[in-house]
Amino acid sequence: MSQPIRLKDHEKDARLVRNRVVVGASAVMLLVCVLIARLYYLQVIQYDYHSTLSENNRVHVQPIPPTRGLIFDRNGVIIADNRPSFSLSMTRERAGDWQQVLDAIVEVLELTEDDRALFEKRMRQGRRPFEPVPILFELTEEQIARVAVNQFRLPGVEVVAQLVRHYPQGAHFAHSVGYVGRINEKELKTLDPVNYSGTHHIGKTGIERFYEPQLHGQVGYEEVETNARGRVLRVLKRTDPKPGQDIVLSLDIKLQEAAEAALAGRRGAIVALDPRTGEVLAMVSQPSFDPNLFVTGISFKAYAELRDSIDRPLFNRVLRGLYPPGSTIKPAVAIAGLDSGVVMAASRVFDPGYYQLPNYDHKYRNWNRSGDGWVDLDTAIMRSNDTYFYDLAHKMGIDRLASYLNRFGIGRRVSLDMFEESAGLMPSREWKRATRRQAWFPGETLILGIGQGYMQATPLQLAQATALIANKGKWNRPHLAKTIEGQPPVDDDPMPDIVLRDKSDWAKVTHGMEQVMHNARGTARKASIGAQYRIAGKSGTAQVVAIKQGEKYDRNKLQERHRDHALFVGFAPADDPRIVVSVMVENGESGSGVAAPVVRQVMDAWLLDEQGHLKAEYAPATVAQETAP
Amino acid sequence: MKNNFDRMLSSEDVMRRRASFLQRIHIDGPLLIILLTLAAGSLFVLYSASGKNWDLLLKQASSFGLGLASMFVIAQLEPRFMARWVPLAYLVGVLLLVVVDVMGHNAMGATRWINIPGVIRFQPSEFMKIIMPATIAWYLAKRTLPPHLKHVMISLVLIGVPFILIVRQPDLGTALLILASGAFVLFMGGLRWRWILSVVAAAVPVAVAMWFFVMHDYQKQRVLTFLDPESDPLGTGWNIIQSKAAIGSGGVFGKGWLLGTQSHLDFLPESHTDFIIAVLGEEFGLVGICALLLIYLLLIGRGLMITAQAQTLFGKLLAGSLTMTFFVYVFVNIGMVSGLLPVVGVPLPFISYGGTSLVTLLSAFGVLMSIHTHRKWIAQV
Repeated sequence: MSQPIRLKDHEKDARLVRNRVVVGASAVMLLVCVLIARLYYLQVIQYDYHSTLSENNRVHVQPIPPTRGLIFDRNGVIIADNRPSFSLSMTRERAGDWQQVLDAIVEVLELTEDDRALFEKRMRQGRRPFEPVPILFELTEEQIARVAVNQFRLPGVEVVAQLVRHYPQGAHFAHSVGYVGRINEKELKTLDPVNYSGTHHIGKTGIERFYEPQLHGQVGYEEVETNARGRVLRVLKRTDPKPGQDIVLSLDIKLQEAAEAALAGRRGAIVALDPRTGEVLAMVSQPSFDPNLFVTGISFKAYAELRDSIDRPLFNRVLRGLYPPGSTIKPAVAIAGLDSGVVMAASRVFDPGYYQLPNYDHKYRNWNRSGDGWVDLDTAIMRSNDTYFYDLAHKMGIDRLASYLNRFGIGRRVSLDMFEESAGLMPSREWKRATRRQAWFPGETLILGIGQGYMQATPLQLAQATALIANKGKWNRPHLAKTIEGQPPVDDDPMPDIVLRDKSDWAKVTHGMEQVMHNARGTARKASIGAQYRIAGKSGTAQVVAIKQGEKYDRNKLQERHRDHALFVGFAPADDPRIVVSVMVENGESGSGVAAPVVRQVMDAWLLDEQGHLKAEYAPATVAQETAP
Repeated sequence: MKNNFDRMLSSEDVMRRRASFLQRIHIDGPLLIILLTLAAGSLFVLYSASGKNWDLLLKQASSFGLGLASMFVIAQLEPRFMARWVPLAYLVGVLLLVVVDVMGHNAMGATRWINIPGVIRFQPSEFMKIIMPATIAWYLAKRTLPPHLKHVMISLVLIGVPFILIVRQPDLGTALLILASGAFVLFMGGLRWRWILSVVAAAVPVAVAMWFFVMHDYQKQRVLTFLDPESDPLGTGWNIIQSKAAIGSGGVFGKGWLLGTQSHLDFLPESHTDFIIAVLGEEFGLVGICALLLIYLLLIGRGLMITAQAQTLFGKLLAGSLTMTFFVYVFVNIGMVSGLLPVVGVPLPFISYGGTSLVTLLSAFGVLMSIHTHRKWIAQV
């Protein structure tokens, strides 16, 4: 051992510890003095302050709810604002026997037992005994007067002015903007109790729900001193709330009204997009409802009426309505066929009026029973030839077809900021095995080629699939918010663009879609009469009831509600697309006859000025000629 | 000569016999009197703070009984015996903390308890409150003092392992108290001042650098609310605003027993647990709190006296650490309730309602009594 042997020096150790005990004791004395000084400060120097607070029935911290952000259309027209409204609120702690006070309120305002039960439920939701709970909204002048006269019988009850959401445009934006409603018990459990301590309403659907965190803002508070009756004597400290952010939507109120007018009272859905940005210009789901009904609490009867109506006004057809896309999917299928190399623009198929799989008897009919003869891709789109697409789908097979259509957004949520969008359904082998425990049959691939079968899509998805063709594969998620407090919304989960091996395939399909509208044999030629711009479009029909083999669709035999839904998608101007429109008319039967004119009207409303001339910004640029094929 | 020696022995015997019944059963009279005074005071305040809840009072009284029994048993153990078994107890304690850690994570939630239904249910972290300082005292008592850097480092590792396990529970308050109890042993063992100062000096730039370069905004916000709860008056700040009003409105002499308005009108949250000092302050005023502080000072004074008189180094270090840690409880709790310190969940010793902390505290005083009453050649002064 190189180290010297250390002997323990007990005397030295004891001295060391004794020193530390002295240091420790001094520290204890010092810190106790600090505590006593602090208590002296609170109890002697600040005694008057604290005892006033305490005796005058204490300090209250009152939350100040932030003002909810406003919502505008793209031109600055207000869609959702906040209006002052008077409500009756009661503070449990100050009311004494609050059950008895409730009885008095019901008597004074001549209300019913049902109202009383509702009040009691609201009171029980109150979080702290000293916080006022609003129990009755939108007081009339007379009710306010009655409360004032009977104030002596109503301890703890006060009339409070607060800002309440109001939708001046009524039913126009009920399905896109949505509405706010009272916070319910379930929401209460998940909300930030501090930030929502002064808030009574929360976004329930649509933009109001999706952008709830931005629209709500940050709560403020004030420390107030109140007397025994609860009257605020003075404000001790105030921190202002941070108001919610304003949102400017990409929706255009004039286009929205024009689109609603184009539906002319029929049930249906319309989406109009700007393909270059993904901005939604109009979003119609008819019939609609007045969102103002929901803000202060809709009566049970009125709600039951809306809910049980056969026209389903509460149902958002644009986002949640699922329809077989029918022939409107053919342009996307054509792109898939060209890019995978199973067809070429010039290759032709003979159409005798039906298609048969080798070794099967079943005849897959073309809509035109007499057949179109030899058809190439252009003609197939123009004539909406089913036989051509049966053949194409059969050659591609389900796996490749499903993969392509998936990239067009079928079977996935496409929007950036829409609440409760439905994903639709793009069937595949795996899907069928998982859900039906069955193998995939070749015939099921055929009918997918014409948009029938298991496939289901929303009008929004059809609009997006069309926008992708208009935009040559560039993905922009459709969105309703143009800016939030000046900032455009950010796509956290961007979709990969569709890149084709041969870019000119886009133009080939677009050309076919133009023929639909402008060729003398095009299925929707009537809808383009007098158009000042080129339209590319495609009609479709979504079956409501299945037709048996060999049976003919007979409209007279079907009840009105069982008739097919009419679909149409299109974009314009065809060479420089500025607007994509997707239309679904419920039980409208004919895509080209009923839905196409609606599309045309919406396009006219967007592209033409008041005199009916093409707006200058949409006129074909003379220098852009070389981009034409 | 022999005769003389015999006489000496017998006189020693006499002295022992004279040294009273209490010392023979290893109970320190002054400590016992102070503790019983606190117990009585506690029930008195608790009766008011709990809103005259007799059930609660009865539970607290029986916890006192259990704690005193535990104190009595521990006082019988010789310090030498403790020192022999402390390393094993430390290992068992750490093992139990690991078990709690694993169970907590399997159950997808935080847990602090070891629970064998129908058999036993306790918190290993409470157990560590006594084992931690005892372990460091055992380790340092065998080395030369002041401790060398190597021994300080090993001590820090011994402290660090249970500290991290308890932080993960998560129970930051208890973890910090256990850290403090270990650190106080080092302090009592004469840890060099320049090391203490350099750790403090190093902590400042590290904290500043963390603030500017490492922490996210939301983390900074959390730290700010922690340091200044009144900036969040609808959350934790609410408690502080109310407790300050309660204490402040008590004035010099208080509103009188059972007459506090803040606590009785439910304005003061947790009035019978962590915030009970506010009830005392409201009802008995500055005088009441000073009286309580005086009793605490007597207790601490007696503890430090035991530290100075302890005959073994192990006893000195352990007694010093337990006493100083006790003061930390008092200071942190009163500082927190009066708005001087951030809000951490530390109960006011002996006064706050809660059985677990009572039993642990009384056990710690049992250790002090053992150290004091097992000395050789007890002189009757």
